[in-house]
Amino acid sequence: MNNLFVYCEIEDNIVADVSLELLTKGRSLANQLKCKLEAIVIGSRLDGIERQIIPYGVDKLHVFDGEKLYPYTSLPHTSILVNLFIEEKPQICLMGATVIGRDLGPRVSSALKSGLTADCTSLEIGSHEDKKNSIVYENLLYQIRPAFGGNIVATIINPEHRPQMATVREGVMKKEILDENYKGEVIKHKISTYIDESAYVVKVIERHIEKAKHNLKGSPIIVSGGYGVGSKENFKLLYDLAKVINAEVGASRAAVDAGFAEHDRQIGQTGITVHPKLYIACGISGQIQHIAGMQDSSMIISINSDANAPINQIADYAIIGDLMEVIPKMIKYYKKNSK
Amino acid sequence: MTKELKIVVLAKQVPDTRNVGKDAMKEDGTVNRAALPAIFNPEDLNALEQALRLKDRYAGSTITILTMGPARAAEIIREGLFRGADNGYLLTDRAFAGADTLATSYALAMAIRKIGDYDIIIGGRQAIDGDTAQVGPQVAEKLGLTQITYAEEIVKIEDDRITVKRHIPGGIETVEGPLPIVITVNGSAAACRPRNAKLVQKYKYAKTQTEKAENQLKYADLYKNRDYLNLAEWNVNDVKGDIAQCGLSGSPTKVKAIQNIVFQAKESKTITSADKEIEDLIVELLNNHTIG
Repeated sequence: MNNLFVYCEIEDNIVADVSLELLTKGRSLANQLKCKLEAIVIGSRLDGIERQIIPYGVDKLHVFDGEKLYPYTSLPHTSILVNLFIEEKPQICLMGATVIGRDLGPRVSSALKSGLTADCTSLEIGSHEDKKNSIVYENLLYQIRPAFGGNIVATIINPEHRPQMATVREGVMKKEILDENYKGEVIKHKISTYIDESAYVVKVIERHIEKAKHNLKGSPIIVSGGYGVGSKENFKLLYDLAKVINAEVGASRAAVDAGFAEHDRQIGQTGITVHPKLYIACGISGQIQHIAGMQDSSMIISINSDANAPINQIADYAIIGDLMEVIPKMIKYYKKNSK
Repeated sequence: MTKELKIVVLAKQVPDTRNVGKDAMKEDGTVNRAALPAIFNPEDLNALEQALRLKDRYAGSTITILTMGPARAAEIIREGLFRGADNGYLLTDRAFAGADTLATSYALAMAIRKIGDYDIIIGGRQAIDGDTAQVGPQVAEKLGLTQITYAEEIVKIEDDRITVKRHIPGGIETVEGPLPIVITVNGSAAACRPRNAKLVQKYKYAKTQTEKAENQLKYADLYKNRDYLNLAEWNVNDVKGDIAQCGLSGSPTKVKAIQNIVFQAKESKTITSADKEIEDLIVELLNNHTIG
């Protein structure tokens, strides 16, 4: 009772990275709260799935294994979570801010009349004093997220309602196996206890998934372009540099909106969050929305013709100049000096 | 053969957070909403387009815009009418103020119950002032309906079943569900058609009671003779809302703190595009193994 739960999302029987990241975060929050970390996994043919989950420090894993539970549809997964939470009364439930988490989370929170905060970038434990009613709440989950288009950061709390629910975007938290031999309990639940047959109303007819064309999230070096790159044609230069220094290419929202780069390369609050070793920002002015997705890069180099561009303030090196001139020089001197 | 569809479009008037200028924040760190233009939430326009396409395809279908907000949010209903919607309701009451997504969904669900006759409830995936994507699924849950989120395109409706293509990571999923249903539409779906000049003429003077009062009922006869110009405003009692579940009191989440984003300026080194400076930088990056 009153434990911390993480909903583990799966695709082809592989637990999503975001879920593993949440298990690591959940473990440390559970330690602070002195409660147990429990996980839920729902899908079909899940034999051995615990080997992917328990090592993150999970004390109890709830497995729901049934033919009709994969691919994900809203009602059956909602029904499981709602009924399980009525029994288990968790104090916190975390899930990925993914297509699935953002479909499932609100539905579960509505059914339980509990609060849900979307797309958190940080989670902490803290207290809150309600001065009006002189009540002090201890050990609340601070759900910290950007709001208002990324222009402010809000700390949200759910003082009265449980579970305190939050979704977190992929790549924001770090995942780390706690102990390969961690001892956790695995419970295989009977599906029919939790789901009524009538919940299977939506049928998935067809799925087309292409393997990701890039590995932006995992790449140690990222060359990223903004509106200042000027055209799709000019973006090729970024690919040239990326190829030479073994990097991936990212883009700001403005560049994606302008059609210079594909949507799935967008970095920022409404795209991917990255923390590479080196981030080269080309023609990116540095709007808050973009910075939110890359500020944790170990080193930032900006290339911008505008010396006053905000990106320069967070850059370790600000190259003031025309990127059409600077990038070829970088390629040239890399080739010259790397051998 | 499909029946005439009753479609409710959920739309929100939002501050345009994509174009935040210098005056957007007040000195005390709160948001200066007045400095930001109020617009039709972009993904709600994508949703309206999907509704309009259904209306094109299934003759006799009607589109109702439902919006919640202050008096001026009636602009959203007019914008919808200009693009082809048939009518609209503005849900407005001080009791709704300060609502989080759960209290918002409750109010919208009560209004939809009052509308009563619906096959499809459709809205944008999320609004750009909150980016939560929660209201659609929560409205669905409150109405006991299923949902299809991240919709890209409504493919067809047959025998009270709807087929929808939806956006999933790295691809597209085609799903089929029963009517009535709640659908939320992704920003990558087709853009909304522009205003129709004839409809702009027709609905230019469509006003709510509050707006007419401000105008001191200048065109009283007009509104008597042309009922389609009267936009309905509903308050919490009109939709039989329980005050305890509305607005701030109906919101389980509370804002504890708001912080302006201030990025810590680093000690940065400025260099020019001169050959020597670029080469020195590259050599330094190679030497400390950042690259290569």
